[in-house]
Amino acid sequence: MIFHPSILALLGSSWLATAVLLASAVFAMRLLASWDRASGSERQIRLERATILVSTAVGLVLALEAASLILFVFNADRMSALFVGAMCAVGTLNASVYGFATLYAKIAVFFASALWLVLDRVDGEGRDFPLIRLKYAALLAVAPIVALEAGLETAYFLDLKADTITSCCGKLFEDGPQSSGAGGELAALEPRPALWLLFGGAAVVVLGGLVAGRSRVFQIAQGVFGGAMFVVGLAAIVSVVSLYVYEQPHHHCPFCLLKREYDHFGFALYLPLFLGAAAALASGMLGVVPRRASLAVAQPAIAARLARLSALGFALFALACLWVIWRSNLLLFG
Amino acid sequence: MIELTEVTKVYGEGRPDRVEAVRGVDLTIADRAVTVLEGPSGSGKTTLLTLIGCLARPTMGRIRLDGEIVSGLPEKFLTEVRRRTFGFVFQKFNLIRGMTALDNVMLPAFPLGVPHARLKAHARELLEHFGVGDRAGLGVENLSGGEAQRVAIARALINDPAVVIADEPTASLDGARVEQFLAMAADLKAQGKTVIITSHDPRITRASVVDARVAMADGRIVEATP
Amino acid sequence: MGARFERQRHLLDFAVASLARRPAKNLGLTLVYALVVFLLGSVMLFGSAIRREAGVMLADAPEIVAQSMVMGRHDLATGADLEALKGLRGIRRVEPRLWGYLWDSAGAANYTVMVPSPSDAAHALASGEAIVGEGVARARKLAVGKPFFLVSPAGKFLRTRIKAILPQASALVSSDLVLVAEADFRSFFAIPADRYTDFAIEVANPREVSTIAEKASVRLPTYRFVTRADMHRTLEALFSWREGLALALLAASLLAFVILAFDKASGLSAEERREIGILKAIGWETSDVIRMKLWEGTAISGTAFLAGLLAAWVHVFFFSAGLFEPVLKGWSTLWPRFPLSPEVDALEIATLALLTVVPYTAAVVVPIWKTAVTDPDAVMR
Repeated sequence: MIFHPSILALLGSSWLATAVLLASAVFAMRLLASWDRASGSERQIRLERATILVSTAVGLVLALEAASLILFVFNADRMSALFVGAMCAVGTLNASVYGFATLYAKIAVFFASALWLVLDRVDGEGRDFPLIRLKYAALLAVAPIVALEAGLETAYFLDLKADTITSCCGKLFEDGPQSSGAGGELAALEPRPALWLLFGGAAVVVLGGLVAGRSRVFQIAQGVFGGAMFVVGLAAIVSVVSLYVYEQPHHHCPFCLLKREYDHFGFALYLPLFLGAAAALASGMLGVVPRRASLAVAQPAIAARLARLSALGFALFALACLWVIWRSNLLLFG
Repeated sequence: MIELTEVTKVYGEGRPDRVEAVRGVDLTIADRAVTVLEGPSGSGKTTLLTLIGCLARPTMGRIRLDGEIVSGLPEKFLTEVRRRTFGFVFQKFNLIRGMTALDNVMLPAFPLGVPHARLKAHARELLEHFGVGDRAGLGVENLSGGEAQRVAIARALINDPAVVIADEPTASLDGARVEQFLAMAADLKAQGKTVIITSHDPRITRASVVDARVAMADGRIVEATP
Repeated sequence: MGARFERQRHLLDFAVASLARRPAKNLGLTLVYALVVFLLGSVMLFGSAIRREAGVMLADAPEIVAQSMVMGRHDLATGADLEALKGLRGIRRVEPRLWGYLWDSAGAANYTVMVPSPSDAAHALASGEAIVGEGVARARKLAVGKPFFLVSPAGKFLRTRIKAILPQASALVSSDLVLVAEADFRSFFAIPADRYTDFAIEVANPREVSTIAEKASVRLPTYRFVTRADMHRTLEALFSWREGLALALLAASLLAFVILAFDKASGLSAEERREIGILKAIGWETSDVIRMKLWEGTAISGTAFLAGLLAAWVHVFFFSAGLFEPVLKGWSTLWPRFPLSPEVDALEIATLALLTVVPYTAAVVVPIWKTAVTDPDAVMR
């Protein structure tokens, strides 16, 4: 294991998050067993009060997880100096089999806790705890993801050893024959269709986000398209947007974008993309969740607001892409 | 109109110190009137007042506020109902020490997000109305008993509630102050507010301004007039 | 939107006023908090500053160093091998180097004695001249023009005159340096004419470093080739490890602080309990109280974090981290007294925040909630 302050901080926060979620899961089971809204008994009042603690704690954990996702990638980039052949975060993540798995788990935790908080927020609008059982059943599903993430991260950092020989981003994301894995396939995507997909997809989700207030079907569609757009956005970053940032026709790395050399431009791409995707998924979720009488007004209103937020996120993402293409000295198309 | 149907409140359920503070109370409180709950201490009148004022939820039974059932609401919504419907004047006034009279009056409106300047002007107006405008900037620990009560009443009115609830308002006041309090109660009634008072002080319970009397003993209503 | 903002503003106002009403309690906690941030922050800022310094130093280091090995031990390199390396494709230049260590009983310190590179005109020396590092000058109270003597382990005596003292800027490695002319060096340590300490290799294409090191080790199998990247990794790992270890030791103080924060947050005075009860009764919702209390925590965290960070920054960059220097820097008595270049990056601040603000928040959230769910009817009882 490499004893590094940021690693200690990351491990500490992951285990803290896990402890919070596991405690909440235990509470969730108790709640599911003995919830009786009609009762004014002290036990019921205690349960209701504890739900406030769970909401507050999970809200703080989400903020922590979002911060730790950024710190994790940033730290991986910084630690690349420790590994033979590593030049950015890719090398560090590749230095152990658990590296990328941890990153994916962290992203999953981010989306899962964001969705749960939206559910929690909507539930709070109804006077009769309309979604309480669904919400706590969902919490039982979120908790293992958080625990898995902490486990993977721990395995990853324990497994990391300085001087490990790893491969740099060129190996993974180059479109040449030496590349390997999904990264290479993404990179091999032709720039022209990638751009069509990117801007076409962005147009669909921005428009979709603006009209999703009209009906549940639109909200569900926004969730589906928003999720797809997240993947399309990442693919487009790897296959074509990165080329414009680096102004090199063959450098496809999605992590070097975050480096200071490129003005941390990656953040302008990833933050709106994650925001847009999370909001779209949440809107879609609210479209699927059965509507209770006490939420007849609030649920569609929040779903519509989230859809508009997702439109904003995707629009900002598309604008950032456009801006970098316009600014770049690289010309891919005559 | 406030209607209570078979309302019961139990403290310490399942423990040896279990108390049934209120047992199966049926009661209707009329709008724009002064109602007094009377009875010795321990008779359950204060508990009943907390239930009427949505400060606590009944263990059993139903409370309707203008037709809407509020007894089963989660705390969050109960609070919402409470702050738009009720203003409280507590027995010991319960002003926050270390803050000025003006800040104390503004306090209930803080979570509502009223613009600061408008809120401040409104609080000043209320203090003026009750004749303590010149005390606005004073720390509440420097006020006399009578002044503190008027600040407490001003605070109860800041969110313009329909119902004002006063718990043992004369417990810490001398004779002249009692008259003043009754005058304020009449004033509130004239403004169209419903006033509910608990008291075992005959100067209050026999006062002419009182429209209805509810006598309690041992958690039950023993007499209600009219 | 406006109402929401106004509401937060009022809650924040109340939180700050509430803190100000209990100055003794909150000031104490804030001071301890700031102290913890200061301790952890000092270690982190110092560690990263020294790693940065090492990076600057390595920027001037040769891309590859070739050392002759005999029985796994470092041996002197020969002129014949130098020629063999020079013929290798991709190598632009090979420079033989002469340097060694000397224990100086007069200064009670280890010196690095070295012959300046022939290409380095600024430090060219004639026989009988010497250039010393700032640490050596300090230990031996030297000044330019003064005589400077060295005694070899074999009892040989070298008499020189100080030509210059190296500036502090490049301090981390040059502090214990003594530069002498080649002839003086050879006679002092009794090194034959075509023997060298090691070779510094410059390659034509920096991306080929590892390939060339491999090819060279095929040509000269008895040599070890150390690349600059290898050295950078070693230093990085060493300093990171020390920094992490120091932080782990400080974890005890962090834990003590967390317990204190928890205790302060749960041990409310009767007066505070009464206040919360009043707020609940007059229409504050549980979440309003929680938010107000979190604002209190934010105010305390913000103040303590900024104060602690600032103090750590001053400590590290203006007082050279007087408290931790011996632990982090190493073992030599000649470590430089130079101001580290004051740079802080976002990663360090984020890490520090995660290490301090998060435990604090975790410690107070449950007590805050317990306070906030006070029965609204408590004031009536």
